Amino acid sequence: MSTLTSDRPDPGFRAYADFGRPAWRRILFSRETAIIALLLVVVIAATLRVPKFATPVTLGYLLSDITPLLFIALAMAPVMITGDIDLSVGSMVGLTSVVVGLCSQAGLGIPVAIVVALVVGALGGVVNGLLVTRVGLPALAVTIGTLALYRGIAVGLLGTTAVTQFDKWWTALVKARIGATGIPVVMILFVVLLAAFVVMLHFTPFGRGVFAIGLSKDAAAFSGVNVERTRLVLFVLSGLMSALAGVYYALYYNSARGDNATGLELQVIAAVVLGGVSVWGGRGALHGVVAGVLLIGVLAKALQLVNVTSDVVSIITGVLLVLSVIAGSVVAWAQSRRVRPASAAVKTS
Amino acid sequence: MSTAPVTPLAGEAARPGIGARLAGLARSRETGIFLALALVVIVTTVKNPDFLFSGDGWRNLLLNPSIVAVVAIGQAVVIISRNVDLSVGSIVGLTAYLVGSTFVAVPGFPVPLIFVVGIVFGGLLGAINGSLVAFGKVPAMVITLGTLYAFRGINVAWTGSNRINASDMPDSFLNLGTQQILSIPVLTILAVAILVVVAWYMNNTRGGREFYAIGSDPDAAELYGLAKTRRVLIAFVASGAASGLAGVLFAARYGTINSQVGDGFELQAIGAAVIGGVAIVGGSGTVLGAVFGAYLLLTINSALPVLGIPDFWQRAVVGALILGAIVLDRVLALRQSKRLHQERSAV
Repeated sequence: MSTLTSDRPDPGFRAYADFGRPAWRRILFSRETAIIALLLVVVIAATLRVPKFATPVTLGYLLSDITPLLFIALAMAPVMITGDIDLSVGSMVGLTSVVVGLCSQAGLGIPVAIVVALVVGALGGVVNGLLVTRVGLPALAVTIGTLALYRGIAVGLLGTTAVTQFDKWWTALVKARIGATGIPVVMILFVVLLAAFVVMLHFTPFGRGVFAIGLSKDAAAFSGVNVERTRLVLFVLSGLMSALAGVYYALYYNSARGDNATGLELQVIAAVVLGGVSVWGGRGALHGVVAGVLLIGVLAKALQLVNVTSDVVSIITGVLLVLSVIAGSVVAWAQSRRVRPASAAVKTS
Repeated sequence: MSTAPVTPLAGEAARPGIGARLAGLARSRETGIFLALALVVIVTTVKNPDFLFSGDGWRNLLLNPSIVAVVAIGQAVVIISRNVDLSVGSIVGLTAYLVGSTFVAVPGFPVPLIFVVGIVFGGLLGAINGSLVAFGKVPAMVITLGTLYAFRGINVAWTGSNRINASDMPDSFLNLGTQQILSIPVLTILAVAILVVVAWYMNNTRGGREFYAIGSDPDAAELYGLAKTRRVLIAFVASGAASGLAGVLFAARYGTINSQVGDGFELQAIGAAVIGGVAIVGGSGTVLGAVFGAYLLLTINSALPVLGIPDFWQRAVVGALILGAIVLDRVLALRQSKRLHQERSAV
């Protein structure tokens, strides 16, 4: 408590200290490696201990269950890397699933319904993004508001009724598996999107801008990053991916209801943070995020197979989330003790 | 120290005259929210006089929001210190079930003591949040998101599909939920008493002002020598204790407790605080505003069906209200900073 630093560790210093270490150590001791190792341990333990875990049927249901999480986490990760947050994703999933239901009820056909849902998702993202960037409001406050607003529109549109009739070809497609592997066909779409997001976030100037904004908005702006446009684009992507998850939700569960996916935002954020994205912004990587989602999915499925109820899963999710951030700050504390003399010299100069 | 953008606080040096004070009162956020609340009640009562003038209408109007209002008081203290507590709903649920099971296990458990049990238990859960946030130096949002899951999970594991009914609890306890003194519900009186104490503490004591100082600039507060860790810990304990009390109130008011009690309270409490003028970035706002916010939110909820709007649209209205409130805050803050700039350049 005697230090003069704020709660938020100095991000610039953190980033440079990272690059002071050899590459192999940076990769080996990263958060992402830790979470992937944990995932492997859990998978191996489940394969050995849980009967019927390592079967194509289980794999299929496991992946189908976490598909909405996977889609949204791809977009939530960059949003959180810039230091923003989007709490409205669960409500957007509910709203777009209702939109798909209404379009299907009106006989418009699923392709049209998908397009309308994506437009709604993009619009929702634009509303979030403009309130954050143009009006200058904190993302947390804005998306708590739109969480209630989008959910309210979803519930208002359908009331207590539900649409449960969808084109058989499309519901079969969403449930279809690739051959005997048990892997859902939808995963092909996910892998394509994952590739696109990885390229965008880790291999383009736009992606470097995302990290730069998370480290320091002012510095990013001075080095030529269009801060407002980047943040707006990320909110729109978040809306689009939520809409995709909403379409999936309606078709996979054969049900468009206003209260679909309630509370999904918390699971997404838990998975993203577990996967090594810093809540302060500025750090994170998609392989960690995907591992974070898979870890939650594998734990839930393995425990479900040994008849542990869902409440234990939520206790474990909560405790894992708390431990993962605490672990991060303990490591940071230990490192800061080791390098303090150098950093103190830099700070006083 | 902090200066609230919406409700300027009277400094020690220059006490404003009575006229300036009245003008400040007229401009304050609390007055605005109160007028909005009055407007909702009047419009709805004109449509259906029973909304206010029937015995039940009057009672429900005061009674139903008081539980969320208590949670919002604690939440406001946490937000003012630039944190957030997402676990309040789970604390309400867990405490409510603890209250019910205590009465099941010990049928003659003294009623005043159950309040102590609820408040202390809630405070302990809050202390878990507070120590993780304050000592771990990690963002409150993530920690309380984690404990939201963990507390609710413990609640579901403990309760299962079990349910505690009114018949399991003593009448003297349940009567508290509906009793009125001078036609004002007892629970509302309790909520107001807590509001008065916390509002006085936050406004007039050194400790209270430190929450504002830490919330408006944590670094500066620490440089100044304020015990930040302790203040943050206290804020979370206060929020936990308030949620624990709300759990007791819930048990007394509704008499039926399952594993989902308090689900979604975190959003109502944060929404109430934000609508009431507590800035989500900390450092400004009052607990009185948060309580008015809670009353406005829940009164609109019960007014909508009377006004002929299907209650399915309640949440949409709540969302629009929260967005409207934060945009308004922003506009007012910008206008004030512009005015301050002009005043400075004029001198």
